[in-house]
Amino acid sequence: MQANRNLTNKDIARYSRQIIVPNVGVGGQCKLKQSSVLIVGAGGLGCPASLYLVGAGIGRIGIVDYDIVEENNLHRQLLHSEKSVGEKKVKSAADALKRLNEDLQVDEYYFSLDSSNALDVVRKYDVVIDASDNVATRYLLNDACVLSGKPLVSGSALQMEGQLTVYNHNGGPCYRCLYPKPPPPETVSNCSDAGVLGAVPGVIGVLQALEAIKVLLGQSGTLDSRLLLFDASESVFRNVKLRKKNANCSVCGENPTITQLIDYVQFCGSSPNDKDKGITLLDDKDRISAIELAKKIESDEKLLLIDVRMENEFEICALPQSVNIPITKMEKPCHVDEIKEEIKSKTENHNIPVFTICRRGNDSQKAVKLLQTICKDLGVEIKDIKGGLHDWTRTVDSNFPIY
Amino acid sequence: MTGKDGLNLLIEFSGGAELLFNKIKKHNVSLPKSEIPWTIEKLLVWIKDNLLAEKPEMFIQDDSVRPGILVLVNDSDWELLGQLEYELQNNDNVMFISTLHGG
Ligand SMILES: [Zn+2]
Repeated sequence: MQANRNLTNKDIARYSRQIIVPNVGVGGQCKLKQSSVLIVGAGGLGCPASLYLVGAGIGRIGIVDYDIVEENNLHRQLLHSEKSVGEKKVKSAADALKRLNEDLQVDEYYFSLDSSNALDVVRKYDVVIDASDNVATRYLLNDACVLSGKPLVSGSALQMEGQLTVYNHNGGPCYRCLYPKPPPPETVSNCSDAGVLGAVPGVIGVLQALEAIKVLLGQSGTLDSRLLLFDASESVFRNVKLRKKNANCSVCGENPTITQLIDYVQFCGSSPNDKDKGITLLDDKDRISAIELAKKIESDEKLLLIDVRMENEFEICALPQSVNIPITKMEKPCHVDEIKEEIKSKTENHNIPVFTICRRGNDSQKAVKLLQTICKDLGVEIKDIKGGLHDWTRTVDSNFPIY
Repeated sequence: MTGKDGLNLLIEFSGGAELLFNKIKKHNVSLPKSEIPWTIEKLLVWIKDNLLAEKPEMFIQDDSVRPGILVLVNDSDWELLGQLEYELQNNDNVMFISTLHGG
């Protein structure tokens, strides 16, 4: 019996339903047992992907993540439980996976993947799963996979949509063949700002595991030179045909200019953890703190507080004194007159000051700039609340919900 | 129908690109008659003038789509069809997908 020399009786019993699938067989199951997969990101995509890989009997998986489990992860990152809030995601994920299958090896990498460490990690695995959540990491992983000759199973999800492709495999394109230039940072949304329905990355993550398994088994029919689009709101999957590998690609082409990893934060103009970063558009004199706002409210000072978040965010929680004018509305020229009128009527002809507030104090600054233009001939005083509602919770009212 | 008689197209936006088009994902449009054939390049100008609701720079840069948007014609990458020079046919389905990065 040559074929099953690597499978124990326990393996045969455990994986029997999968082994009898003709596409897998004893040979396939042995291959999976001897294979390794790297999963970058233990979040909404990485949790379901690693769960199904471990379930399928992949011998060794590696997980890279530098985040800590937060409560707002739990609706979609189902390897983590309520008890693991505050724990390292890699630890929490590895523990959950080992509970599922103690025979398999799980390597934990608690650091942020960058040019200094990516190649060393990627080289240790047969296939890489991109389950990350930012542009810089996507380019970094692409280049690391091209330079070390590894297929990259790339998934992404946001709100009600998902996308899935296999890069650098079977003559198909790499990420750079499709996107030689990174998107302008202001066009990129993340789950923390735009939201995501948990089951959407769930679907994409499970499909990533499936594609990785097919790649490991050497099967045709993988998603190279194709892109699978999932629109959950319409329950539609679309399978579209992509270009082949581009001979002029700067990393996988015939005369590559990128022969080692570069500075991806500089290349993309954004870093992996931008989601937590504050911007500074206004001088301090045009800003007040949440505590100062609380004092004004307490002493019944007349003011107009404009909450510039989206309507559905305003619905989650809002300060009782605030009115909602979303920043997206302020940005549209067609609403200028309406907004001007509203401000005029609520500021007693511009005699009381206006303050803008948002979740974290970024959009509120942009709103001040926009309102200064909209109301420029009115002489009304406009400032924002530094640190937004997060600072309100932190410094004024700890019972105010945070999201 | 040929380009000379005008064209009916289904134009779709996804991956967040629809936010620039009043959040409408599908647009059935009729392009007017034209002596010069309708190419994607010409379509982009038409979209900017007729469909785009806001922030043109988030959709078009340097006379093409901005980096991070993939164009498909009848479910095929426009790169396979000649990109900006592709001559549109009646009933073509043109889709603009903004790449997602979240996970
Ligand atoms: Zn390439």
